[in-house]
Amino acid sequence: MPDGGSTGIGASVKRKEDYRFLVGEGNYTDDINRPNQTHTYMLRSSSAHAKFSLDTSNASKAKGVVKIFVGTDMEVGSIPCGWQVDSKDGTPMREPAHPPIAKDKVRYVGEIIAVIIAETLEDAKNAAELIDVNYDDIPVIIDMQKALDNSKGLVHDEIESNVCYDWEIGDSEAVDKAISEAAHITSLDIRNNRLIPNAIETRSAIGDYEHATGQYTLYTTSQNPHVIRLLMGAFVLGLPEHKLRVIAPDVGGGFGSKIFHYAEEAIVTWASNKIRRPVKWTADRSEAFISDAHGRDHVTSVKLALDKDGKFLALKVDTLANMGAYLSTFASSVPTYLYATLLAGTYTTPAIHCNVKSIFTNTVPVDAYRGAGRPEATYLIERIVDKAAREMGISQVEIRRKNFIPVDAFPYQTPVALQYDSGNYNATLDAALKKADYDGFASRKAESAKRGMLRGIGFSTYLEACGIAPSAVVGSLGARAGLFECAEVRVHPTGSVTVFTGSHSHGQGHETTFAQLVSEKLGISTDLVEISHGDTNNIPFGMGTYGSRSLAVGGEAIVKAMDKVIAKAKKIAAHIMEASADDIELNNGNFEIAGTDKSMSLADISLAAYVPHNYPHEELEPGLDEKAFYDPLNFTYPGGCHICEVEINPNTGEVKVEGMTAVDDVGMVINPMIVEGQIHGGLAQGIGQALLENAAYDNNGQLLSGSYMDYTMPRADNFVDFKVGNEVTLCTHNSLGVKGCGEVGAIGSPPAVINAVVDALSELGVNDISMPATSEKVWNAINNAKDKS
Amino acid sequence: MYELEYSMPSSVNDAVAEIKKSSEAKYLAGGMTLIPTLKARLSSADMLVDLKGANLSNVSVSSSEIVIGSMTRHCDVASSSEVLSSLPALAKLAGGIGDHMVRNCGTIGGSLANNDPAACYPSAVLALDATIITNERAITAEDFFVGMFETALNENEIITEVKFPIPEKASYIKFPNPASRYAMVGVFIAKKANGVAVAVTGAGENGVFRCSEIENALNSSFNVGSIDNVEISPDGLNNAIHASGSYRANLIKEMAKRALNEMI
Amino acid sequence: MEISITINGKEVKANIKANTLLSTFIRENLNLTGTHVGCDTSQCGACAIHLNGDAVKSCAILAAQADGAEITTIEGIANGDELHPMQQAFHENHGLQCGYCTPGMVMSSIKLVENNPNISEEEIRKGLEGNICRCTGYHNIVKSIKQAATEMGG
Repeated sequence: MPDGGSTGIGASVKRKEDYRFLVGEGNYTDDINRPNQTHTYMLRSSSAHAKFSLDTSNASKAKGVVKIFVGTDMEVGSIPCGWQVDSKDGTPMREPAHPPIAKDKVRYVGEIIAVIIAETLEDAKNAAELIDVNYDDIPVIIDMQKALDNSKGLVHDEIESNVCYDWEIGDSEAVDKAISEAAHITSLDIRNNRLIPNAIETRSAIGDYEHATGQYTLYTTSQNPHVIRLLMGAFVLGLPEHKLRVIAPDVGGGFGSKIFHYAEEAIVTWASNKIRRPVKWTADRSEAFISDAHGRDHVTSVKLALDKDGKFLALKVDTLANMGAYLSTFASSVPTYLYATLLAGTYTTPAIHCNVKSIFTNTVPVDAYRGAGRPEATYLIERIVDKAAREMGISQVEIRRKNFIPVDAFPYQTPVALQYDSGNYNATLDAALKKADYDGFASRKAESAKRGMLRGIGFSTYLEACGIAPSAVVGSLGARAGLFECAEVRVHPTGSVTVFTGSHSHGQGHETTFAQLVSEKLGISTDLVEISHGDTNNIPFGMGTYGSRSLAVGGEAIVKAMDKVIAKAKKIAAHIMEASADDIELNNGNFEIAGTDKSMSLADISLAAYVPHNYPHEELEPGLDEKAFYDPLNFTYPGGCHICEVEINPNTGEVKVEGMTAVDDVGMVINPMIVEGQIHGGLAQGIGQALLENAAYDNNGQLLSGSYMDYTMPRADNFVDFKVGNEVTLCTHNSLGVKGCGEVGAIGSPPAVINAVVDALSELGVNDISMPATSEKVWNAINNAKDKS
Repeated sequence: MYELEYSMPSSVNDAVAEIKKSSEAKYLAGGMTLIPTLKARLSSADMLVDLKGANLSNVSVSSSEIVIGSMTRHCDVASSSEVLSSLPALAKLAGGIGDHMVRNCGTIGGSLANNDPAACYPSAVLALDATIITNERAITAEDFFVGMFETALNENEIITEVKFPIPEKASYIKFPNPASRYAMVGVFIAKKANGVAVAVTGAGENGVFRCSEIENALNSSFNVGSIDNVEISPDGLNNAIHASGSYRANLIKEMAKRALNEMI
Repeated sequence: MEISITINGKEVKANIKANTLLSTFIRENLNLTGTHVGCDTSQCGACAIHLNGDAVKSCAILAAQADGAEITTIEGIANGDELHPMQQAFHENHGLQCGYCTPGMVMSSIKLVENNPNISEEEIRKGLEGNICRCTGYHNIVKSIKQAATEMGG
């Protein structure tokens, strides 16, 4: 790892962005108020499936009401889905219309049916209570299996099926053949539980239309303001980019849920023109539960074929993926290209086939949540491997080593489309075994047993694909956008630097990490670097932050822009110092003529560029300000080993996480402190999924876990200190060698936790438990096992 | 929250006079449940009569009982040297309600008057046979708790203090709901001169109740082992997403054992 | 109704509706937007402030209840440009990511430590029951509080 000095690559630079947050001067969307602003309350459906009508006449006359809009008032485009997935028969996915305000039918509890705009939020809420809504209920479709039978009812009549697409990848014949001939088959049915992202800042949006200029501004809690500008401008409201500015200021966490273009954004933007006043909306937490896209929710049946020595021969996967009632922005890609392409994991399984049916149900739309598809894939792989090892009497470590893709096999082409560039899975496993004190496990288990407790240890040797994504590849797979990134590096006349990046930081620490890239490359302190993001009027373009792409794609764009800055600076320096540009070398921030003691600093050069008295005008433009777009050549492939140790009280089923170790290979690490922080957060969400969190619906489509009273948010006392380490293999197709670290914690950890729980219970004969492994579920599993024995 | 008025009278009598001005008025006694429900428009009031100024927060102790003013906050009960020395189980119970910020506002009187089926205090009141003193009368614990969110309090009646007889020993263990952290099952065991009392909160469909099965077992032999063969029926216990009735029945036994282990 | 509150050392008088939450009063009337609101069931703790020296959740209290009180918000704990040891510790230990829960975490933690100067890791984790963070996994928050406890004289 290079030593970038105090603020370069590899240094745990304290975050530049901290100060404003620590003194309460962050600037989140709800902190913003516009002159003459109105407030909005979204009246939402309380029925999961119904024809409805409403009468707003009394409400319209209520105190403070400015305007009430219903679905038929807002004749605009449909909220779009950004990825077209075709079924295996070649037909495109079924794509129902998604109006921002429901017109005459509602399809989930939480769907917007009226928009009440008033002088105060209280006025708007009071008026909403005066709206008469009549629901004519239609049978509700919640269960995905039942949804397959279209005769039981349709979520969308006009598309004549509840199946969005029936998609497959891999060689079905080869898999079936291998299964028919295998020495051992392990089978497992899995539910990947539905989660609610729960960024602590709820979503908020302010639409502000300026009549005199025809300019719209949308302030919104988004991970990708340019994407919102494109989706909302081009597809929903028909506004050209030059008249629409989208600002995503400080954003209080996203985890995927703030990628998507939501109805509320279009509503406030559109309404601000209609009423010629700014329109503000901020979600309550209980509103967030029924309006933020949910995550996961797969039901999967999986078979692994092995030879007599435990070598994997084939993997067969059948998945039902819940889409909810409408297709959210990336929903269609999550259970296909972000999921099934991962099914080789870290293993050499030669034949893989996966069939995915995605299903409409009367629930909140489901879309990407931290990991998006990759946790679902990792969970089933690492669970079935664990189960196979138990069935065949092979150790958990041994079965993995036996099947790892060896280090000399890279680049490695999997049977499910991806080509991994680098990795060393034994290295991360070895380091994790040591860090977790695997050798001491047996004595810790014996000690637990003395206290009447069950102790288990579980592994996950996972891999993920991120750094999303090569545009040509995703384009060929149905993506309706490119997934490059853009950056502009502006060297100011006195040598300080502003970087304009299309990546968006909502906790990831870009203002520090990106500044470190500049520090490393241009040889200036991070104090002289400002990172600007989140405003479509400042940033040339951007695809935003998700899929652990900010450094691997956004960071590379910054590097490319800096390369251009350096090339130009060399030419300027060469002119002024009367040398050839080829002889100019950049060392520690100085542009030197090789072999001489003559040099210029970046500040000298930038001053010359902006005060171009002595300047090569025939050859160069004045100024030192360069822009670059970067489109990655491949996905990046972080991987690693997570080991969880749990202790279970057999009398109550309580599961206590006693140890959580993660050794990850995220490629080159720019800021170890920030990378560790990202991994900690991911681990907490992964453990949360495994043990605590669950979005539960009843058969009427009411969300039972609709507040923090019922949805278990992980707290500090659910965890112990995490043990985190890293092993580095460099990404081979980007200049920094970086892979991405935002999602690995959430992707790798859930199966490690469940494998640990199953390990603890295995002596009782328990071989599976579903997520979340709540105390009651574990207690029931123990009792059922006792009853059987 | 709907529009309302607020007043903070300086005595119990003034508070009663104030609340009689409107049939939609409510007392405010810490507000840790009331304000969130008003905020969510799950309940409404046209006036809140804050009892904070009515001089009801004090703790006193004699050889036989602890008297806690109704507006005494959970944090004050938890840290009261009198409670810690004569009835530490009650201090522990108070110190485990909500979180430290909730405990800085919530009060014993507010908790009891609300009678949330998952609240902690009712179990101590019932097990210890405490007396609820109001501006009108004294109510026995047995009479006080009527059902879920229901008490024997008359309209406008104010709890002024709670008198806890000091037992030989007592212990309280809560198994929290993982999401809300309220009691999914809370068991308060008191060993008194006239026998053992076991009160259970969080589990019952109608709120707090005495668990005679465990009481009988412990009255015959006060040790952990005597609970082992007790059968708790899941009938009448809450069945909800975080715990079924039969799981709660098991937790009642297990929490009772933990409480007992602390006492023996 | 008229209320008078001392906030971060300054006395303010205001005419408010009695149903105004203290968090709303702080954010909307006083424009002190460092106090955040992250839930509606008083569990996340993003709205934590100090009221007469106690940490409380300002979303579950009426501004009217705070009439005559002394309030400190996240904006009021640094000494000029010098951060409070708790703020400094969060910075040094990467105890924050998106920053949204941070003001509440800091305000809550200051009182946890002041009331228990030799606070243990277990007590810190238990003490944070009323503060939810979705970013950090709490690991570095716990570390920050431990460091601050030492510096605050534990």
